[in-house]
Amino acid sequence: MRLLATIAVKHLLARKRQSLVSLLGIVLGVAFFLTISSLMQGSEKDFIRRLIDNMPHIIVTDTYRNPRLQPVERLYNNKGAIEVRSVKPVTETRGIRGYERVVDYLRTLPGVEASPMLTGQGVLSFAGKNIAVSLDGMIPEDIQDVVTIQDYMISGSISDLIANPNGIVLGEELLRTFSLERGDNITVTAPTGQVRTAKILGVFRTGRSDFDLNHGFVSLKSMQVLMNRPHRANTIIVKLPDPYRAREIAADLESRFSYKSISWQEASEDIMSTLAIRNIIMYSVVSSVLIVAAFGIYNVISTVVMEKHRDIAILKSMGFLARDIQRIFVIQGLVLGIVGSLLGLPLGSALMYALMQIEFKPPGSTQPIVMPLDWGWMQFAIASGFALSAALIAAFLPARKGSRVQPVDILRGGV
Amino acid sequence: MSEIVIKTEHLTRKLSGEVPVTLVEDAALEISRGEFVVITGPSGSGKSSLLYLLGLLDTPTSGTLWMNGENVSAYNEDKLAELRLSQLGFVFQFHFLLPEFSALENVMLPMQRLGRMSDEQIRTRAVSLLTDLGLEQQLHKLPQQLSGGQSQRVAIARALANDPLLILADEPTGNLDSASSKNVENILKELAHQYHRAVAVVTHETRIATTADNVITIVDGKIQG
Repeated sequence: MRLLATIAVKHLLARKRQSLVSLLGIVLGVAFFLTISSLMQGSEKDFIRRLIDNMPHIIVTDTYRNPRLQPVERLYNNKGAIEVRSVKPVTETRGIRGYERVVDYLRTLPGVEASPMLTGQGVLSFAGKNIAVSLDGMIPEDIQDVVTIQDYMISGSISDLIANPNGIVLGEELLRTFSLERGDNITVTAPTGQVRTAKILGVFRTGRSDFDLNHGFVSLKSMQVLMNRPHRANTIIVKLPDPYRAREIAADLESRFSYKSISWQEASEDIMSTLAIRNIIMYSVVSSVLIVAAFGIYNVISTVVMEKHRDIAILKSMGFLARDIQRIFVIQGLVLGIVGSLLGLPLGSALMYALMQIEFKPPGSTQPIVMPLDWGWMQFAIASGFALSAALIAAFLPARKGSRVQPVDILRGGV
Repeated sequence: MSEIVIKTEHLTRKLSGEVPVTLVEDAALEISRGEFVVITGPSGSGKSSLLYLLGLLDTPTSGTLWMNGENVSAYNEDKLAELRLSQLGFVFQFHFLLPEFSALENVMLPMQRLGRMSDEQIRTRAVSLLTDLGLEQQLHKLPQQLSGGQSQRVAIARALANDPLLILADEPTGNLDSASSKNVENILKELAHQYHRAVAVVTHETRIATTADNVITIVDGKIQG
């Protein structure tokens, strides 16, 4: 093999300019592949990070994915025809029964944070104005571990609900509508008819005007009284140390407790599929650079094969096998692919580093933005792997043609 | 009785096509160790075609070919290549040296491919062959830096690299001046008579034929006489 490699390299060195142009194609292809893929990967990760940060990783709801089996169905296990007439489901208070059990289980998992919530509708009234809002009843001590609302507080704190369980935390937009401020009282009316007066303990501003206008936070106990659903929660919010395990843990929760558990991936399926399509488009576009480079390799090796018909004939007459000849030209492709990758990867890394230094401030933004790049060994492996594969395929076709040269046909023809 | 290196019986090579062409027809011959054989005949008579058949570069349409007592007619391409590598040496009208390799490297190539010797032994043998042929000053020169006669002598050294039983030369002097031509002719004869190799040379030159141990004349693909 060393001999074949020597012949291959000598052929390439004999055509320095052509070989250099082919090599340059691979170098640039690998570098762009690496840079653009890390840019796309970075922006995707950044997008997902923002998505994950702003939403629970898993939401356990008080509904079931599939209707629960009736006792008679469980008894006969779907064998034979069963007709049950006049079934009257038990009237029960809606919510997750024994939610503490679910929360306790979740807290046994390493690094997992969980907080129960009771959400519902309510009407806030002040000075003749009524506004319907969505109310989240939660445990103030726990909620801060699972949602980021504390980060958006502009006055007061969620923790203030610990000292005053009858208080409420509202959005800045809503308070402006009512002309109220922190420390004032507001009337809360629940669909059950319960009416309470709550003191405004905190104000938040998320930047999403509908959320800031239509959302409020109260303590879980207070919400249970308002909704007349003692010892109930209808949602459990879960935060995981590794958000990418959400799907697996949600499935586990659902099999253990039967309640529908929605992972963030499931909740954002449309966005995730958009990202997948974006990745396919990106890899197709970037790969095309390497495919073009592969044509360069095909061209140089085809030329070498054409020019070397006489040498192929003489090598074969000496006793070299057809597969030796094929290997010589495949090695040439491999050499171009390997050297191209070895030069392209550092160039790509340098390009990525340069992009990471760029800072810009879009209109309306207070903080400068840097290009979100993400690089890992996987991208290096894909870039060089693709370059090598392209180079090998490009070399294989002319190599096969070269190996089929019949020495007699060439020797008869003279030079 | 001298050892027969190559023997053919009813060896025929036809080219199929719209108009079939017979290159060699019913050839029967024997070449022994130490024999210097000249294959001669008019242009297009099938001399080179016969040489390519003897050199296992072309496959006969029919007939049998023995090499060293072994019927090689039905050998596959790999086995034929192995025989060419270890038992045959070729010299062509044009030297056909690999242009990117020096004279020394060109001679080392067949030995490296055979792989029976260490790198050091291969180098020593290549240097010795080239020195024997008077090329000790040209070892590291590329083919384009050598004269026609020197290139042809490098080609002979390359043909001898793996110590072959049979050396086949196709118009080896056809492209050389008279002095170089005489030199190459003497080397080939010496290989047969002093080093006991079988040498078959295709040539137009009647002068070479007159000094041969055996002359095979071929006309229209048929061996005469």
